[in-house]
Amino acid sequence: MSAIVLFLAVIAVIAGWWLSHQRLTAKPWLEEGPIGDFPGTDAMTWPAAKIGLGVFLAVASALFVLFISAYSMRMAMVDWRALPVPRLLWFNTGVLVLSSVALQWSYVAARRDDTDGVMIGLLAGGAAAIIFLAGQLLAWQQLSAAGYFMASNPANSFFYLLTAVHGLHLTGGLVALGRTSAKVWRHDAATAEMRLSVELCTIYWHFLLLVWLVLLGLLTGWTDNFVDICRQLLS
Amino acid sequence: MAVALILLLVAIGSVLFHLYSPWWWTPIATDWSYIDHTISITFWITGVVFTAVIAFMAYCVFRFHHREGRRADYNPENKKLEWWLSVGTGVGVAAMLAPGLVVWHQFVTVPADATEVEVMGQQWQWSFRLPGKDGRLGTSDVRNINPENPLGLNRDDPHGQDDVVIENGDLHLPIGKPVKVLLRSVDVLHDFYVPEFRAKMDMVPGMVTYFWIKPIRTGTFDVLCAELCGAAHYQMRAKVTVDNESDYHAWLEQQKTFAELSGRNAVVRATYQSGGK
Amino acid sequence: MVDVPYDGIAGIPPAEVPDVELYHPKSWWTRYVFSQDAKVIAVQYSLTASAIGLVALVLSWLMRLQLGFPGTFSFIDANQYLQFITMHGMIMVIYLLTALFLGGFGNYLIPLMVGARDMVFPYVNMLSYWVYLLAVLVLASTFFVPGGPTGAGWTLYPPQAILSGTPGQDWGIILMMASLILFIIGFTMGGLNYVVTVLQARTRGMTLMRLPLTVWGIFTATVMALLAFPALFVASVMLLLDRLLGTSFFMPSLVEMGTLSKYSGGSPLLFQHLFWFFGHPEVYIVALPAFGIVSDLISTHARKNIFGYRMMVWAIVGIGALSFVVWAHHMYVSGMFPQFGYFFATTTLIIAVPTAIKVYNWVLTLWRGDIHLTVPMLFALGFIITFVNGGLTGLFLGNVVVDVPLSDTMFVVAHFHMVMGVAPIMVVLGAIYHWYPKVTGRMLNDVLGKFHFWVTFLGAYLIFFPMHYLGLLGVPRRYFELGDAAFIPPSAHSLNAFISVVALTVGFSQMVFLFNLVWSLFRGEPSGGNPWRATTLEWQTPETPPGHGNWGKELPIVYRWAYDYSVPGAEQDFIPQNQPPRATRAAQGAAS
Repeated sequence: MSAIVLFLAVIAVIAGWWLSHQRLTAKPWLEEGPIGDFPGTDAMTWPAAKIGLGVFLAVASALFVLFISAYSMRMAMVDWRALPVPRLLWFNTGVLVLSSVALQWSYVAARRDDTDGVMIGLLAGGAAAIIFLAGQLLAWQQLSAAGYFMASNPANSFFYLLTAVHGLHLTGGLVALGRTSAKVWRHDAATAEMRLSVELCTIYWHFLLLVWLVLLGLLTGWTDNFVDICRQLLS
Repeated sequence: MAVALILLLVAIGSVLFHLYSPWWWTPIATDWSYIDHTISITFWITGVVFTAVIAFMAYCVFRFHHREGRRADYNPENKKLEWWLSVGTGVGVAAMLAPGLVVWHQFVTVPADATEVEVMGQQWQWSFRLPGKDGRLGTSDVRNINPENPLGLNRDDPHGQDDVVIENGDLHLPIGKPVKVLLRSVDVLHDFYVPEFRAKMDMVPGMVTYFWIKPIRTGTFDVLCAELCGAAHYQMRAKVTVDNESDYHAWLEQQKTFAELSGRNAVVRATYQSGGK
Repeated sequence: MVDVPYDGIAGIPPAEVPDVELYHPKSWWTRYVFSQDAKVIAVQYSLTASAIGLVALVLSWLMRLQLGFPGTFSFIDANQYLQFITMHGMIMVIYLLTALFLGGFGNYLIPLMVGARDMVFPYVNMLSYWVYLLAVLVLASTFFVPGGPTGAGWTLYPPQAILSGTPGQDWGIILMMASLILFIIGFTMGGLNYVVTVLQARTRGMTLMRLPLTVWGIFTATVMALLAFPALFVASVMLLLDRLLGTSFFMPSLVEMGTLSKYSGGSPLLFQHLFWFFGHPEVYIVALPAFGIVSDLISTHARKNIFGYRMMVWAIVGIGALSFVVWAHHMYVSGMFPQFGYFFATTTLIIAVPTAIKVYNWVLTLWRGDIHLTVPMLFALGFIITFVNGGLTGLFLGNVVVDVPLSDTMFVVAHFHMVMGVAPIMVVLGAIYHWYPKVTGRMLNDVLGKFHFWVTFLGAYLIFFPMHYLGLLGVPRRYFELGDAAFIPPSAHSLNAFISVVALTVGFSQMVFLFNLVWSLFRGEPSGGNPWRATTLEWQTPETPPGHGNWGKELPIVYRWAYDYSVPGAEQDFIPQNQPPRATRAAQGAAS
């Protein structure tokens, strides 16, 4: 559980930093009067959707970190047999990176009011994400063809589970991406709303890429040493 | 003022109930009276706080309830008062926590001279195993379990041959000797619970858990299961008897070792088969 | 209201919201059924939660019938008893209390109290309710599937939960997992709304330190829930895979009904860690909104500002943070690494300090107040007593070595019912009496309300206070019947029968409350907009019940904190948050 406690500590630091700017030590009963006297303590001025995405990313991170916590605890049991990582995963990782790059392209284009660029970026990013998902399915197929079934070892179970959860998040992202693309399609000129949608998709894509890299590190065993250190901290 | 009076009566009634209630912990049979003392300390501190807070509240309701023309004071905070209350609470908490942690240290520190006893839980009965003459328990594995070997002992382990196996019977313990109770389960979670012992611990399949006790009083006590283990959880019972030295040895003489039990089973089967022919 | 021009200030949301953002309902369906209005969603949440809560109440009667009079009611067998306790616990904790405090009160009060038109994502908010309803229906359906609902206890500990020795192993446990997963998805949608609304949609002048404690409580609880529920999600998904696909996340090698099972190597303790990593914050997810709401009830009805507002805010935040590092105090006797006991006992008892401060501040708010003993105030007083009682018994169970003899006994049952059953329910009931006039425009009947309070409060206390002593005696929990045990005297059985009789009485007295709710809807005394003469924004709406969009053409502007009661020199004993200082002075000038 050390991973999730560490993660929550990070969240607590961020929340504490924000709260420390909210004048929590003020004596509100003495501060009768209009607003504007205390700049920065009013409601956040970011768009709601952007804050919403930020909070959602925290929730999704908590979910993945909890899976990682469970992974590291289950890994300590004697019956754990690491499974060979299919080579295909490297190709998939490359595709996912390309997908993120395409969305970044789209985001930059949106800031320049280049609707065609936005559209190209979104479509390329979406296509790459779909290829990634198809590649993941293919990796599952290769593994099960090689006899690594879901239930035969906890390492296998976690492999299928973690890739599935990540894939589901990406699928959800594709729905949002589709809606954004439709929005861009309907408008000729970039609107603020459209720019925001593209930005949020891009943030989400980068997040999922980061999650995937962490999961990949876990599944390939690169992070074993780190996991060991964390485990020793707790026992 | 009826409301204030009732609130006060709730506090007083609770204290009186505590003092005169016929329901209290069972007479202790191990030397874990430290645990009982910690509970007593906690009762004292929490009891005082409970009575004080409720009495104060009842007084406020009595004294400051709404009357015509009454107006409340304006009093946003009182740093000093809050500070003192926090410190006081901290002291009270420390007074409960410190003895608790000291006793927990004793609880998890098993004395070197403790003899081992194994308790195995399964749906829904208890089995027990004592080390034989060699003073060591043999290894076991859930995969070895079959009708002839219900505890799943390892047949190849020499330490296991002289282990005393008590399947579905009662356990006896000698008085005055520290015992490390090793806990094992073959199916679901159970919890070896003897109210008079105070100590208890879950039994987890795939793990061996433990606690230790030193019986100080002879008698026969009920063993219950304290972790929900399925439909017949409430029927999972046994008895444990604390004997003096001579009774304990008399009882031990009558018990069968693992070798005897498995040997006898083999013999029984052989006769049956030959008789059949 | 005097309007003050504020156009020059950067970064402040405009007072007028374009009409297009108000997604006006077009038909009866979008107004009352598929509504995106947080107030309607709040009522939908509350009614659904109460309906499934009534099922759980009936289950508790059946349990009490069995416990009080074992052997008398042949229609209850051991399997059913376990199914009753499981469903009762799960429904009450998650589907009733969590949904009611956050989905019900959160939806209704957050936008009104922070001066917003609505939640920031109304469509997602609507989806949240419908997913919640689906979760409740899936849960309820387990009563009708072959094998019935799961009887694994609300903690659903593996291996027992998915093995054949437990009732409902077939469909019950699978649907329970599915329902929990749905609930968490639905809650996350709602929770994002509550958090972002507080962060982003506060009206002008509503700084964090001007928020009513109700909003602080619900906001902090929602943040905690968003971070804690994923643990239950992870545990549920993995347990579901163990059950359906035969994986061994939590399942070690074991013998199931005499044969070696297909599982091997898993860790039952891993499930417990995940479950309680959710489960302990869950206690505060229920408690913090109750803390917040009761603070406002006490302040309003004692006509006095809440004592030590700053400390109350810090305590809420501190409790919220600390509650993530105490989870293993539910696992002292689980067989986990024993040295953890020191750490978790210490953190657990430290959490008592901010909690105690909150209690002190509630009773100190009463000191030199002008206490109106209205029904909401009575429930608030009832809350303090039951909460203090239940909180103090928590010091027994949190102190690791004291927990050893008491764990898994009726002491635990009594403790958590007092502290997170009775106490929050007192707040829920008090809050309903308090805000019902805002929701419906009519007062609840006072006489019926007082009857309801006294029966509920005294009855609940009589049920759960003596129950601690059964636990101290050693009576274990989750027992279909106690049977023969030398240490249980006959008097304990009489006490059980007494508790059962009181429980049935208290249960039936809730019918008076239901009658009151319905009767007052049509016959209740019209309340006006602000019957309690309260300061917070929800009482200052132009219409009662508030219309779509909550406020008229312009959002309110906040000039002061939420607790300006009995301010010296002020004409009235309360000053609404949106009353400008200038107007106060003008009014004073006119009065003198």
